[in-house]
Amino acid sequence: MKRTIGYCLGYLAASFLLAGCNLIIFHPKGDVARDERDLIVLATGLMLLVVVPVIGMMFVFAYRYRATNKKARYSPRWASSHKIEAIVWGVPFLIICVLGWVTWQTTHKLDPYRPLDSDVAPLNVEVVATDWKWLFIYPDLGIASVNELAMPVYTPVSFTITSDGAMTSFFIPALGGQIYAMAGMQTKLHLIANEIGQFRGIAANYNGKGFSDMHFSTRSLSGADFEAWVASVKRASQPLDQATYAKLAKPTIKHPITYYSSVQERLFLNIVDKYEGMNKANQSRQARRDDNLERTTQQPGLIAEEHQ
Amino acid sequence: MFGKLSWDAIPTSEPIVMYTLAFVGLMGVALVGTITWKRKWGYIWREWFTTVDHKKIGCMYIIVALVMLLRGFSDAIMMRTQQAMAASGGPGYLPPEHYDQIFTAHGTIMIFFMAMPFVAGLMNVVVPLQIGARDVAYPFLNALSFWLFVVGAALVNISLGVGEFARTGWVAYPPLSELGYSPGVGVDYYIWSLQISGIGTLLTGVNFFVTILKMRTEGMTLFKMPVFTWNALCTSILILAAFPILTATLLMLTLDRYLGMHFFTNEAGGNPMMYVNLIWAWGHPEVYILILPAFGIFSEIAATFSSKRLFGYVSLVWATIAITILSFIVWLHHFFTMGAGANVNAFFGIMTMIIAVPTGVKIFTWLFTMYRGRVRFETPMLWTLGFILTFSIGGMTGVLLAVPGADFLLHNSLFLIAHFHNVIIGGAVFGYMAGLTYWFPKAFGFRLNDRLGRISFWCWIIGFYFAFMPSYVLGFMGMTRRLNHFDNPEWRPWLMLELLGVGIILCGVAAQLLQLYASIRNRHRYRDLTGDPWDGRTLEWATASPPPFYNFAEQPRVDDLDAYWGMKERGISTLLHTDYRSIHMPRNTSMGLVISVFALIASFALVWHIWWMVIAGFLAAVASMIVRSYDDDIDFFVPAEEVARIERARIKDLAEA
Repeated sequence: MKRTIGYCLGYLAASFLLAGCNLIIFHPKGDVARDERDLIVLATGLMLLVVVPVIGMMFVFAYRYRATNKKARYSPRWASSHKIEAIVWGVPFLIICVLGWVTWQTTHKLDPYRPLDSDVAPLNVEVVATDWKWLFIYPDLGIASVNELAMPVYTPVSFTITSDGAMTSFFIPALGGQIYAMAGMQTKLHLIANEIGQFRGIAANYNGKGFSDMHFSTRSLSGADFEAWVASVKRASQPLDQATYAKLAKPTIKHPITYYSSVQERLFLNIVDKYEGMNKANQSRQARRDDNLERTTQQPGLIAEEHQ
Repeated sequence: MFGKLSWDAIPTSEPIVMYTLAFVGLMGVALVGTITWKRKWGYIWREWFTTVDHKKIGCMYIIVALVMLLRGFSDAIMMRTQQAMAASGGPGYLPPEHYDQIFTAHGTIMIFFMAMPFVAGLMNVVVPLQIGARDVAYPFLNALSFWLFVVGAALVNISLGVGEFARTGWVAYPPLSELGYSPGVGVDYYIWSLQISGIGTLLTGVNFFVTILKMRTEGMTLFKMPVFTWNALCTSILILAAFPILTATLLMLTLDRYLGMHFFTNEAGGNPMMYVNLIWAWGHPEVYILILPAFGIFSEIAATFSSKRLFGYVSLVWATIAITILSFIVWLHHFFTMGAGANVNAFFGIMTMIIAVPTGVKIFTWLFTMYRGRVRFETPMLWTLGFILTFSIGGMTGVLLAVPGADFLLHNSLFLIAHFHNVIIGGAVFGYMAGLTYWFPKAFGFRLNDRLGRISFWCWIIGFYFAFMPSYVLGFMGMTRRLNHFDNPEWRPWLMLELLGVGIILCGVAAQLLQLYASIRNRHRYRDLTGDPWDGRTLEWATASPPPFYNFAEQPRVDDLDAYWGMKERGISTLLHTDYRSIHMPRNTSMGLVISVFALIASFALVWHIWWMVIAGFLAAVASMIVRSYDDDIDFFVPAEEVARIERARIKDLAEA
């Protein structure tokens, strides 16, 4: 037993030494990821309040009441104590009350659908996951890119996400949590980068053969660099229209980074509507409104409620 | 004529698969040859294949579970090797189309064909004995459940050599599992193996629910039942409530795939999110179906090896009931990231945390059972202590994942993988191994080799920490699950550590195999004549090891918890009767096996769209059921003289011991 503890401790120590600064989750590059990291630390700390004594008690009790130790008290019939039972129900209950309150607060604060508090106007990005690449459409700028996402630093980014294939998950670990990308539906995510740099973006939900290579690079750029990036995309040779998109959407693995100088209007909504999924049922109502911007900012969850 | 089936279905171009098949084929020939050479077919048919005895059915469940553990573990070794090899950007040795089948098969096999039969097997061996019954309520149904489960396991293994298995992950989320994205037969193998074995599981749930409620011996009220039986009762309730959801969900997926319907497709108004909800509405209770019996096992072992009553029995029972109910209102925590609102996510997060309270209470009751006891560190107790340590860590990371804000970062990462292996290996599997060591002498009449058992335990627990603690770190480093290859050298040292861990666990598994071999070989040396090798407390230890097929010559009368401990204290033996009476017992039947063979033919034909064979297999199965239901000769009386003869032999054994 002692040897195992030794192993475990040595191993943990080695882990921390080795890991150094590679733990992306503990080195967030944006507010959202930072708040989520703090939450992980807080929740773990709260739980350790009960887990550490439990593990300690296990070793102490097992050692003290070992059969060979005849000096320890032996009460074979002792099997209940209201005091102890009150504590073992009460203490975990109190901790869960605190943690539950924290959960309620943070779940609302960190709701991926909630726009971030910032004085800077958000950048809108429409994300399409296709087999097996990521397409980013910048509706306000009229440009699009594949497998490369650029964003100005300190600017909230409002993602509207769909899929043109199997379900997957849109995730930039350095910037904050993920949300699923599903065909015929739109999900929302709000992130912000507080540092200039290049971060890894991934498909976090298995979606077939090309899954392992379905990642993209996220570039957080200064204002001027972002302008330059937009300008370079605008100089790209091809526009993204329905025909180009149809070709792009065919399954490919390790699709190279590609820029599109302009994007056909309603392309994103056409991709969503193609599936006649959840949202299509409401389309007659939607069509009357026919306001693209309003639809892209709409939460699918709300549509159903509105319908009643 | 043969639907989609042709010679191309055999993956001759995959050397790994072909070598595996050759090896399995050789082993099979060797096994069949040995049985034929020793002229044991008659014995196996009469005593095992046609049995309705709950103890033998339980043993067969566990044998299949152990074989499938080897299969699932081989998959694990292959995956870990691939990840360690492909960590620096290379392709590794398994291409995605093969690798994706392996991780799907690993999950499916470990949950449905290793853990479930282990649970069913232990319940079968132990529950009727613990409640002082002669068999389960429906012995024939029990045999049918077992053979239907074997059909499911057989289908999964057939998929290795004929066709392919699903490449969807073990819960087969649509639209990936729909025809458009998975046109092959892999998902069909998945569906039918789960459907057929799921029916078996559901019938087991019915059987044990009725057995525990109706077959308890005189004086055993609900609150005098042993804790393992309580957990088996709650498990049966979970099975009854949850498995129909799985059956219905898979049926809808089947309709999508076979009849072009649109329950879960992207197109035509289908809704994959519905499947995700339904599969987890079954899937979360399922994890409690796996863990509750393990909790029961630890409770029995903690009390027995502390030579002391279980602390807080009433608390423990209510905690179990609370978990049973709560497990149905937490399913959404498997997909906080699907875009539900903050209120919904927060509700399910908090509900999940609340389960931690009764679970915590259980851990405290085991600790306070040791308190003021005389703790003997026999192998089952080592597994229990290893469990308390490991499960506390796994429970903590589980509650962390229940906080939606934290889950957004950790979902689908290796942190999640580490968490559920932490609770399933450190909780469920450790429990099954403890239970196997603890009840093995009861089932077979001899103990397992102690030294190898201890070696196995230490390898498992040390290997586990090496194999899965790095996964927590990798999760923090942003590594997702189910990756086939990646270009991130920082992950590599951790993946190598994990591979080392898998190697240590492999030593543990090897020690277990060796333990079984050595124990069977030296069974006369390890013989237990007393029927009570561990100084047990519950009724199963009151009868012989192995128990006579009728379990108890006279059903014991119970007036307290720890019934057998009470008898020993008062010096009352249940064994010394003089007036033996004849005993009413069920007759063996081959119908469970026959019906299941037809079910296998029908389901294999369904996978390959061989419609004439589907109809033939299905009709034959229904006809067999009708034939069986007209069979009146299903029971018999063991004459009193026969009972007296068996019991006298037992008394002679006891005197020798």
